[in-house]
Amino acid sequence: MSGRSTESIRPLSSATCELCHIRKPSLRRPKTGQKICQPCFFHVFETEIHNTITSANLFFRGERVAIGASGGKDSTVLAHVLKVLNERYDYGVGFVLLSIDEGIKGYRDDSLKTVKRNKDQYAMPLEIVSYKELYDDWSMDDIVAQIGNRNNCTYCGVFRRQALDRGAQKLGIKHVVTGHNADDMAETVLMNLLRGDTARLDRCTEIVTQSTDSPVKRSKPLKYAYEKEIVLYAHYKKLDYFSTECVYSPEAFRGTARALIKNLETVRPSAIIDIIRSGETFTLERKRGTVATKLGTCERCGYISSNRICKACVLLEGLNAGRAAVQVNGSEYEPHEGAALHKRLEHLSF
Amino acid sequence: MAVPLTVEFSGGLEALFNNERSINLSLESRDGSENSPTITDLVVYLCEKVMMDKRRELFVIDGYHVRPGVLVLINDADWELVGEENYVIQPGDEILFASTLHGG
Repeated sequence: MSGRSTESIRPLSSATCELCHIRKPSLRRPKTGQKICQPCFFHVFETEIHNTITSANLFFRGERVAIGASGGKDSTVLAHVLKVLNERYDYGVGFVLLSIDEGIKGYRDDSLKTVKRNKDQYAMPLEIVSYKELYDDWSMDDIVAQIGNRNNCTYCGVFRRQALDRGAQKLGIKHVVTGHNADDMAETVLMNLLRGDTARLDRCTEIVTQSTDSPVKRSKPLKYAYEKEIVLYAHYKKLDYFSTECVYSPEAFRGTARALIKNLETVRPSAIIDIIRSGETFTLERKRGTVATKLGTCERCGYISSNRICKACVLLEGLNAGRAAVQVNGSEYEPHEGAALHKRLEHLSF
Repeated sequence: MAVPLTVEFSGGLEALFNNERSINLSLESRDGSENSPTITDLVVYLCEKVMMDKRRELFVIDGYHVRPGVLVLINDADWELVGEENYVIQPGDEILFASTLHGG
């Protein structure tokens, strides 16, 4: 081959976007390694989420769907993209922003300001449900003041899940979408694998989940969207989002899994999607004779629960009695096994 | 040769740098040579001279390597397009460090 012919090809492929072959590339896609420009990036990023939505039949025309909105990058990008797609492809879906006010000063009060701006930016109604109004006047700040900094994520996880459900029910909505991204999902797969949690490993990659003790279904339209692309999308689109870590949650174990995922991504960017795909194709043999959980309602608050008293009410009872409730769900939890408790409850976090 | 540039922080990284979102500085190559500085020179400078916070590991790992999960944009383009840590900084460059390591 002559030097001249390769020269005439190479500058084209390296200096211009690999999709449009016209503009200068702005990023390298972690999923594919392609170097692409901003307009092409917006197009493929949005189209992939559209494909995720249509191939899973996530929405139906006339459906009302609540977007779990924290003001953070993921839910902000989710709200923006859903608005764009709803208009572009005429889904006919009515979206509502649903935010939880845990009552954490310096964190949630600031992020809620972002959500309130998003409400106007995206022309979507906004509903804010607070722990204080739902849970006997307890905010997370009050809870931490009482129980200290150790098991507070347990409380927050249980309370938040119910709060999202209750907020959705208040609005007469049966479907909540959350901003969980591909990195989150790969992390969860790894965590369940490392813990040997086969029951959860089986289900954690599903795009739609409906728990036995929740009347509201959850789904994750961003499950194949890389965090890097979400952050770049928000940056290039100049979306208004809030980026501060919760003051109470270092979440040690997830942190370890996250660091591992990020390191894997550096070595081989497709690792994230590969882990999700592996998670999806795990099939585990069902145990025989498992009895389906019976659904009832909580004796205290009337909320749907598979137990006599729902988890939130058990936690509240402990708080109201002026002590930290460690025992959550009958004999399944040993009081000193904080780790086991954390493990059981972690999937409830939002 | 000292090169003027702008450094920006976002995604929570600004907390490590006195809550400064943007700083202007003039940077020389670490070895004091006439060579223009690289991203690695910049990262070393930021860690040694600018960062007050002790949590250096939120920004760099294994010495002075930018931690995976921190995006670097050079004049609004992914640093992976231009040689990452070995990119030679040009006068007037805008370099953004954006952490993705926060909640969503």
